[in-house]
Formats: sequence, C-alpha cells, structure tokens
Amino acid sequence: MEALLTHLDALESESIQIIREVVAEFERPALLFSGGKDSAVLLHLAVKACWPQPIPFPVVHVDTGQNFEEVIAFRDARVRELGCRLVIASVQEAIDRGDITDDVSPGSSRNRLQTHSLLKVIEDGNFDAVFGGARRDEEKARAKERVFSFRDEFGQWNPRGQRPEIWNLFNGRHRKGEHFRIFPLSNWTELDIWQYIGQEGIELPSIYFAHRRRVVRRDNMLIGVGPFTQPRSDEETFEALVRYRTVGDMTCTAAVESEAIDVEMVINETVLARVSERGATRTDDRFSDAAMEDRKREGYF
Amino acid sequence: MELLRFATAGSVDDGKSTLIGRLLYDSKQIFEDQFDSVARTSAERGDEYVDLALLTDGLRAEREQGITIDVAYRYFATPKRKFIIADTPGHIQHTRNMVTGSSTADLVLVLVDARSGITEQTRRHASIAALLRIPHLVVCINKMDLVGFDQRRYIEIREEFSEFSANLGMKEITYIPISALEGDNVVASSRVMDWYDGPSLLEHLEEVEIVSDHNLEDPRFPVQRVVRPHSNDLHDYRGYAGQIAGGFMKVGDEVLVLPSRQTTRIQALETMDGPLLQAFPPMSVVMRVEDDLDISRGDLICTPENQPLVSQELAAVVCWMADAPLRAGRRVALKHTTRWVRAVVQEVQFKRDVNTLLRDAEASELALNDIGGITLKTTEPLFFDPYQRNRTTGSFILVDENSNVTVAAGMLTGVVPQ
Repeated sequence: MEALLTHLDALESESIQIIREVVAEFERPALLFSGGKDSAVLLHLAVKACWPQPIPFPVVHVDTGQNFEEVIAFRDARVRELGCRLVIASVQEAIDRGDITDDVSPGSSRNRLQTHSLLKVIEDGNFDAVFGGARRDEEKARAKERVFSFRDEFGQWNPRGQRPEIWNLFNGRHRKGEHFRIFPLSNWTELDIWQYIGQEGIELPSIYFAHRRRVVRRDNMLIGVGPFTQPRSDEETFEALVRYRTVGDMTCTAAVESEAIDVEMVINETVLARVSERGATRTDDRFSDAAMEDRKREGYF
Repeated sequence: MELLRFATAGSVDDGKSTLIGRLLYDSKQIFEDQFDSVARTSAERGDEYVDLALLTDGLRAEREQGITIDVAYRYFATPKRKFIIADTPGHIQHTRNMVTGSSTADLVLVLVDARSGITEQTRRHASIAALLRIPHLVVCINKMDLVGFDQRRYIEIREEFSEFSANLGMKEITYIPISALEGDNVVASSRVMDWYDGPSLLEHLEEVEIVSDHNLEDPRFPVQRVVRPHSNDLHDYRGYAGQIAGGFMKVGDEVLVLPSRQTTRIQALETMDGPLLQAFPPMSVVMRVEDDLDISRGDLICTPENQPLVSQELAAVVCWMADAPLRAGRRVALKHTTRWVRAVVQEVQFKRDVNTLLRDAEASELALNDIGGITLKTTEPLFFDPYQRNRTTGSFILVDENSNVTVAAGMLTGVVPQ
C-alpha cells in the first residue's frame, strides 16, 4: 500500500497533533470562534482531535455588535449542536462601560477595538491557550508567526523575540498571566480550507455563497448596505450577485462579485482568483504595509 | 495531491528571496494586489525592476533594512503538489533559523551565486541539512545570467560542491543552473542554457520521490493523551490519542508499552471518520488496546520484537540557541516526543565546525549558533531511536527552566557507554 497521505490528510493530522498537545499541556484553553470559514474548520478539527470526547474547552466570540446576522445564527447553531460553552466578549458592552471609545468617524471600523475585548476575555477567563484560525498565507506579518505564539502579560506579540519552533516539539511553558495563541491552521492556504470544507462537508454561513445583496462601491470594493454601513451621500446603492471571501465585522468586510453557489464553484473561483483574500475584502489592511503587524503587536488575533 | 515541505537557504545576496518570489510569481501564486504593493515600493526606492524579494519580507524592520530576520513560511501549489517553503535567512548568526526552518523539511534548497561559487555559507547550509538528515538536497547555481550562462562555470561549481559534500552523507544531491532574476530553469526550462538537459527547479520539486522519507520500519506510537469520555454511552471507553511516529501499526498486532514493559494487542485504531485496519506516519489516530493497562501521556507503544533504546544517559548533537554559552553542569527541561523530563548536561564533548563538519574535541562550551556533541543525564529514561533512524523519536528540545525559552534543538545519537 502507498504510505503517503494526501496534502489535506497531512495538514489535518498536523493540526490535530497541535490541538492535542494543547489539550494535554495547558490548563485552560479556549477556542476563538467567529463563525467564519477558518474558525469553522478550526472547530471541526478540534472536535476531531478530542473525539470521542466532546471538546473540553469553551469557544469565545469577540462580538463587535456589528456582525452579519447570518453569521451569528450560524455561530449559535453550531455551539448548540456541539453542546459546548460560548463566551461572548462584547465590544459594545466595553464601549457602554466606557472602557474604550468608539470611533465614529466616517469609514471607521470597530476592528481594532476588538483587541481590548479579546485581551479582557482572556484575562477574565484565565485562559492560558487561545486557539485562533489565522493562517500564514493571509498576510506577510502572519507568515512569520509561530504555531505556539507567546504573549506576554500585556498580551503583546514580540516578532523579533519569538521562540524557535523545531520539529513538532512545541514549547508552551509560561508564567502565570502570560498566555499562548495557538494557530493550528498555520500551514493551510485559502484553497486548502475550501478543499477541506468540501471533503468534510463542513457547514458555513450562507453569506460565503453567491446571493443577491444591496451594495455600494467604495474604494473599489463592494460594501453590503446594512444597519452599520449606510451609503454616503455620493454613493449609489445597487443590487449585485456577491459572496464574502472572509467574514468579519460588517464595517470592514467587503463582498466580491460571484456566481459561486456551492463549495465546488468557490474552489474554482479560488484557483482563478487574482487578488488576495484580505486585499479583496478587508478595508482594515489597506492603511499601510504594516497594518497587521502593528495590530498584532498590540495583541490582536 | 501530495505535500512537499522544503527549506531555502542562501546568503544575503544569493537572490533567495528573488527566487521564491519568482517561484510564486511564475506559478501564479502572487495576487495582483500583492504584486502592485511590491511594484509600488520598488518604484519608490528607485529599483530598475520589480524587486520580487519584497514579496517575502514581512516585518517592518526587514523592509527597512532589506534583510530577512526570521523564518517565514510561504505556500504555493501546482496541479501535482502543494508546497510549504520555510524561508530562512542566511546570516551567520541565524544558524538557529536554518535549523528551525529545515527541521520539518523533506528537501533543502541551497543557493550558490555563480560568480562567487561555493562560500562558507554554502557549506554551512549544506552541513546543517546533512546534520538534520534532510533526505533531498538541491543546489541551485544562481545568477547564471551574470556569468554569460557559461556551462564550464556550472560544471566547476558542481565539481567543487560534490567534492566537499562527499563526506556529508547526503542521500541525494541535484544541481540546477538557474537565473532567478530572469526566470531561467525556475519554472520553465531555459532556452539559453540548452546545454542543461535536467529538469527545471519546479519540475524537480514536483517529481522528487518522497514516499520513503518517513520511517516505515519501526512501529512507534508516543501517547499524546488518554481519552476517557466518561459519558453514559462511552462509559468504559479508554483510548490513547497520538500521532504515529514510525512503522506500520495494525489492529491485532502485539504491542509493548514503555516504560511499564507490559504487552497487549491493538484492539482498534480509529478516528472520527471511522475505524482503520492500520496506521502509519504521520497519521493522528486513537488507539485502543485489549487489556486494561495503566498507560499515560509520554508512554511509548512499540512492538516486543522492535524496541527503541531506553536510557537516562544520552549522547546527542545539539544546536545551541541561547546567548549564554552551554557548559557542563547546566540544568534544563527536555521535551522528547510527548514528554517533559529534567536533564543535566554532563559534558560538552566536541564542537563541530559547520563549514567542514570537522570535530573540535578540545571545545568545552557551545556558544549561540554552535553545533556540538554533548552527553545528558535525564531524571527518567527516554525511549528513543537515533535521529538518523527516526527524526521524530530521535529529536528533542531543551528549555531554560527560568525563562521558559527554547535554548537548543537536539538530535539523539545513542546511549553513553558505561
């Protein structure tokens, strides 16, 4: 018999090994679950890694209060189905308490404000390992991040002081107050994610597939019109057939024109895509070449 | 589709980033917005051409200083294979990055500047690849455009390298003349270098045989965690989760558990997708055994007729990664497969010159980025195979018990003779 795994099976096995190391070595892990495709895959892998036990840790959602309703419904359905605990870190509540100030200038987003709520939920929950669905192919700063990514007691990432990561011998040793972000999908690409979704039959929120939506064209991106994204005076609203390639807060996530109504059609589009996932759809990464690096240093996902 | 992991190494000016940029660009893995951003930066700096190296330099300090600081991972795929590139910087002080990036690689790609030929850096990178037992080495003789695509220069370098590498014990070395800047022999075959009839770099990466790179001879299963669901329907369920580290493990096989030395049989090998009849590396599975034994994380399951070495007195080669030098008497935490033990360094036996692989038996300490032989005594015995036989059960890391920082990558060579 041919003793070689397919690339998807090899990636899956690697991710499962990572998740099991964390479950074995950390006291209080948690899994960040936004309802997006990467976190859906991450959650699926966590279920497989812990099987036949239910996942022994809670899932955490940092909710900006400006999310797509389809995604929130999907999140709740998935959590109910798995019977796991959902911890919601609400950005809106932090604003209401006066912990942070909402940026209400035109074109602003609550994306960066999530860092505060994320760090607070980690501190309040005493989480020492937090799984995230980030991938190294997403962005240049992410390409240099470890699978076990150390965070100091302020939740900060120090790109130049990272621990070397050799073979699959992960070092998660830390002091009280410090924590690790764990990225089991580090070596997956957008295409791998879609192929795996197809292989495993993983469910996703409907907005990942082509649907009609009222949009405006802004900075050459299509922004869905909704309660938090109203057209500006000079913008014309029109209906388009679109899907989302990434799903974040409504204010910083753009749609792409698409006719892909199922996973196979999305895979075909992904193979042919000429613009990166974040470049096509994230208004937050367009400020500078180092936008992600700066947010990450502060403690962002 | 298969997965090939490779590491690249080269000096600062060998054009390594350009080569990776070229591989990604010519295989259509660079998106337009990424290319536009690089083109803009190139234009602002006054470069004559689009500097593809900028595609891979991710951190601000790297762009400002035009260097690569850390291991960066890149991804691309062709219809035949998916590739993971560990892109490691070439500076002398970054041996640790080279070791880190190569540790999981199936193949190492070394770049040589056709003008300068084999340098200290070339030798260092090839030596580290040999030390880490990377099965395949590719020597890309780059910048052939700057030596007039001269075949004699290519042959000269190839002969010089093969003379040096004769003592490295590399399983397989492939030489390819390329121009990363102009794209010759990177993805498509060069029209100018018609004297070269081998594959282009990408063709080689797509075709190189990797099926036998895992150890398929010695059954090894380090237990990652014990699975006991305690639910009503799975009340008596007890399974052992882990990743196969060697050999084939089959349902019904008699197995030996270390350290207890109890024997039993494999009752089931399963995953959420269903039961398996057998498993091989690097599959992650749950194993159940016939008897109710006391097995915990860190135990090793093997077969009675094929057992690993078991000892507390270990000989190893380490790459030292901390600022303060390693000397005899140093106490550390050691992680091997799925277990942590404490260890004390008994002796620094020799330092290896990474340019020549010659041993300096007079050395009594290892400085940052040094590679050398040590002996260790551990609080509990390790169950291991020599690294050259099994990269998973033969490797370990050392961690400083105060700072928790990883200070060494180690490869076990054997048991210290009494």
